[in-house]
Amino acid sequence: MSESNSVGIVKAQTAHFTEPLTLQSGAVLPQYHLAYETYGELNASKSNAVLICHALSGNHHVAGRHTPEDKYPGWWDNLIGPGKPLDTNKFFVIGLNNLGGCHGSSGPSSVNPLTDRPYSATFPVVTVEDWVESQARLLDYLGVEQLAAVIGGSLGGMQALQWSIAYPDRVRHAFVIASAPNLTAQNIAFNEVARQAIITDPEFFDGDYYNHGTLPRRGLRIARMLGHITYLSDDAMGEKFGRKLRHGELKYGFDVEFEMESYLRYQGDKFAGEFDANTYLRMTRALDYFDPAKAYDGNLSQALSRAKAKFMVISFTTDWRFSPARSREIVQALLDNALPVKYAEVTSAHGHDAFLMPDPHYHNVMRAYLEQIK
Amino acid sequence: MMMNTEIANIRPDFALITNWVRTDSKVLDLGCGDGGLLTYLHDTLKTTGYGIEKDDANWLEALKNGVDVIQMNLEEGLSGFEDQSFDTVILSQTLQAMHNTETIVREMLRVGREAIVTFPNFGYWRNRLQITLGSMPVSKSLPYQWFDTPNVHLCTIHDFDQFCRDHHIQVIERKVITGGQDVHVLPNLMGNLAMYRLKSAN
Repeated sequence: MSESNSVGIVKAQTAHFTEPLTLQSGAVLPQYHLAYETYGELNASKSNAVLICHALSGNHHVAGRHTPEDKYPGWWDNLIGPGKPLDTNKFFVIGLNNLGGCHGSSGPSSVNPLTDRPYSATFPVVTVEDWVESQARLLDYLGVEQLAAVIGGSLGGMQALQWSIAYPDRVRHAFVIASAPNLTAQNIAFNEVARQAIITDPEFFDGDYYNHGTLPRRGLRIARMLGHITYLSDDAMGEKFGRKLRHGELKYGFDVEFEMESYLRYQGDKFAGEFDANTYLRMTRALDYFDPAKAYDGNLSQALSRAKAKFMVISFTTDWRFSPARSREIVQALLDNALPVKYAEVTSAHGHDAFLMPDPHYHNVMRAYLEQIK
Repeated sequence: MMMNTEIANIRPDFALITNWVRTDSKVLDLGCGDGGLLTYLHDTLKTTGYGIEKDDANWLEALKNGVDVIQMNLEEGLSGFEDQSFDTVILSQTLQAMHNTETIVREMLRVGREAIVTFPNFGYWRNRLQITLGSMPVSKSLPYQWFDTPNVHLCTIHDFDQFCRDHHIQVIERKVITGGQDVHVLPNLMGNLAMYRLKSAN
């Protein structure tokens, strides 16, 4: 591409693991593979690696393009590249597709080597803890003992937090962005509606739709539409769509009348065509289950007592799905442990989605912090 | 909370605060601006701690200065900070710009074993003179015009002494300075900057 600060054309790679992975649920994955991409060079002392943890619908394609014709670059391309806030001239950046995903890592839609059929509904439920465990093995595979930083937004932020707890000596800096120490009841409720939309789709077949030649598109589409509503703020939606009509006049029917509907349908259709419903179920469950304080009678401070990382916690003012108050809970627990923490509450109109947007102040914050990492 | 950018120009203030902070102690600086004071305390006394700053630009400068800075609004108190979790909580040149004055002082003494509060003394003779001549005071320590000032709760040394008595606050030490010099005679008239070292009397 002509963009001078892009990582350019990138290629996904796959790492195979044959050592069995025991999951939180007790289930065991005898073998699995993880799709990943890297940008920049690992330095001689192997001290400049940064792991990017993705959120609900993300994957390993974080920056750059696979082909010059790609319409869109990786999902966090605005942050990552030579000269960008996460500068690939300085850092070796690793993106991966989490276990259970649908973009190249072992997951419900991938082929189980033991049966030569898709795992389908037999693919186990995975948790944030499981992901971090599998990510640690990917780092071993790549020869990275300690991360300069682990960075994640939303569900990715939960992974960054879990990294600091599970592997205190392997993380120097943890970026917990637009995240929370656990989901609120309201958040679990949204996830449950999304899951019910999928599970009750007649074409879901208890998750075995691959073998029925169907896809639960309707369910996945509605799940995504619901998600989209919660990722935006009321103000942002009002600003972007307001009550604008699609055809300039009312049609007195139930086809698209408002631009808002058109946008949601478009997003839903697009997503249903490229994402796997079984993966969606598992990603939302991982969100629901994450609760590091649970083992400590709800005391997050105790849960973080093992952490040694320096933290950058960022929230966005109009994010009501992962509100600033939830980030402040994390900050409070870090303060209780006298851990180094910087906390920014970024003013943004874009709701939860703000963490993916190139807001100048947000990116200045990221750049300034990352520049200080030795 | 833009006060500390001015503090940076008044280095004696830093040095005086240093006298009231112990080596290796844990400090919380409220309205820390660019983090200059915390950096100074860290460099001279090896203190640890955090700064609180609301303003985006100041917050970013503090970050660049390596300060652990938390972005929050002091008007909402210090929820998130445990009781008696800091040796010293500092509010330098910010008290007069606070709306919830009583709350923040109470919170400082809850979170810190000691508190340091500094503010421009509105009773300073030059301020009184300007009022007598019919204008709101504008000076190096009160650099704003009446219509653009962030200062909503200006007070005199006399007022603050009374405030401490009324709120069961023990004044451990008080220092009044003008142009970097200690003022001992008629402090409420002759003093430009007031500094208090406080603890809860309960």
